[in-house]
This record gives sequence, structure tokens and C-alpha cells, in this order.
Amino acid sequence: MTRPRKVEVQEQIMSANDALAADVRARLDAAGVFAINLMASPGAGKTSLILRTVEALKDEMRLAAVDGDVVPVDVEKIAVHGIPVELINTGGNCHLDANMVISALPRLDLEAIDLLLVENVGNLICPASFKLGTHANIVIASVPEGDDKPYKYPAMFRGADVLLLNKIDYLAVQEFDVEYFRRGVEALNEGLTFFPVSCRTGEGLEAWYNWLREQVRRKKAGPAATLQATERR
Amino acid sequence: MHELGITEQLLHLTLEHAERAGATRVTRLNLVIGELSSVMDESVQMYWEIIARGTIAEQAELHFERVPGRFRCLACGAEFGMSEFGGLCPQCGGARVTVVDGDQFRLDSIEVEGTEVNDPTPEG
Repeated sequence: MTRPRKVEVQEQIMSANDALAADVRARLDAAGVFAINLMASPGAGKTSLILRTVEALKDEMRLAAVDGDVVPVDVEKIAVHGIPVELINTGGNCHLDANMVISALPRLDLEAIDLLLVENVGNLICPASFKLGTHANIVIASVPEGDDKPYKYPAMFRGADVLLLNKIDYLAVQEFDVEYFRRGVEALNEGLTFFPVSCRTGEGLEAWYNWLREQVRRKKAGPAATLQATERR
Repeated sequence: MHELGITEQLLHLTLEHAERAGATRVTRLNLVIGELSSVMDESVQMYWEIIARGTIAEQAELHFERVPGRFRCLACGAEFGMSEFGGLCPQCGGARVTVVDGDQFRLDSIEVEGTEVNDPTPEG
């Protein structure tokens, strides 16, 4: 018999991606890896921050990187430092999703990694919708982009666990109201960890490294001590 | 642009529920999209027409219920919408707000045709 009828679903549409993200998280946790999802506009400094971070930390912990991109330009830059780095070819897609991260995991020896840096696609809108299973969302904003970004891209800034404001050396030459910027972020994300930095001069980066050291230390200490990255949406 | 990935998830979810219900055809999807969810229904519609082709849901009509974004000031409790929010509460100037509505992106129900053999709780 075919009569039209209604089937209740009542499910979040991203539930399939969320389930895959939970799988990624479980694999990372089992291997004791602390993983971050780096998100920013193109040119805000994702790769620069990764390069700085690798340089600063590679002698004290085991690092690896995954880069969502269409060409291996950034991968090659990172590989110079001798750490494992995998390209996820997004084929022009505007974001990484949990399934793409799962596809890259078999190429990495998770047991030999302490800190995994996942570089998302340069974009402030799309990556906010896809959980990857990483432990913390790191958003990089930069001074040349302007101080109104939190107001234009609330989903991205709301989902951040850590916010870096990069290129603070430009504050000397560009109008940028740091207070206005921070207010826009904090309004929706109180108590967010905030690091003003310059990847060019190195200013402020030590605080960022210390934050990473602490997360990796806690990860090694056991699941209970790990940063509880807020499950936002 | 991310609507392609999102629409793929939507199709997957739709077909899963349709098959479970023993449907032979999906005629309508009832979706709820919040203003703060950064999902454009026009894009979902466009991708749907491409990726649902050849499935039992290809003829389905997508119905979008849009929910406006609502914020609440944590200091004075005032509620206000997106257009009134410039980073501060429009009532008291408070700098801390919480989202009370508008961030959902949900498939509420689907409307299908077909036998109900596999559907344990059919609804009229």
C-alpha cells in the first residue's frame, strides 16, 4: 500500500560527521595524541604558526602535521623540519571534515606522536560546521584582516577554544581596536584563551608554546586531566 | 560553499530513515535551519538537486523552516536578535551574551510513500 506518511527523524544533520569525529577522537586518545584544528582566513598565518611551533617544540616532543590543501606547497615547507606531515587533498573543498581526517590517520604512526597539528582550509565560515575529532579549535585572526571579524563570522569565533591574534607588529601601522575585537569574541565565548602574537617577530609566541606544552603534558598524564574541549554544536 | 558536504550528510540521513521505514519514495523533507547555523538554504537546494538524482529522494521537496538568531544578555536578561547585536547588549550595554536560539540545523521529519513493513511506529 502506498499512502503518503510522515516519518519523524529529529536528528541533527551533522550527526554522521559527528560520529566520525568521535571515532577520530577515540583513536587519538588511545594513542595519547593531543590534536589541534587550526582555522583561519587565507593568509592569516596558519602555516607560519605551524612552522614557528615546530621549530620551537620539535626537540622536546614528537610532532606531526596534517594539511588540508590542494597543492603540497605548505606540506613541503613543514617537511623541511623533519616531522611527519600528510597532505589531505581537499580537491578544492572549502573545509576539512572528519572523514578526510580518518583517511589520513593510517598514514601516520599515532603511537609516535605527542602533538598533531591539523591545518584546516583557509576559510572562516565552512570549517566551523565540521567537527574533526581534534581536542581543541584554534582560530587565528590577524591584524590586517580588521577588528570586525568576530562580528562577521560569529560561528567560527564562538567555536574557538583558543584565539591567536597574529601580526601584532602591524598594530603600529594599522588602525585596529583590540578592545573592540576582543569584546566581539568574548561576548559569545567568555573566558576564551587569547594570545596576541607575531609570527614574524616571535612576540607573544612563548605563551602559545607553553599552552601547548601544558596540554600535551596533561594528555600524557591521563584522560581525566585533558582539556575538555567544549562540544559546541 | 560547505553546503555540498552538509547536503551529502542530509541525503545520507534521509535515505537511512527512508529505508528503515520501508519507503519507496521520499516526497518531502522538513528542515529547521537557524540563522546562526551558517547554512544557506538556496545552496542546499542546489546541491540536493544534483546529488539526490537517481535516489528514491530525487523528487523530494525541501521545506525550510528558518529560525531567527536570538541572544540573551547575561547581565540584564534582555533578549534580542542578530540585527540589534553589535557586540554589546542593546538594553544595558553588557558585554556577555548567550545564544538562546537560531543555531540549529536539523531534519525534523520526512514524508514518504511505501509500505510500512519496517516501520515500528508509523505516523499518520
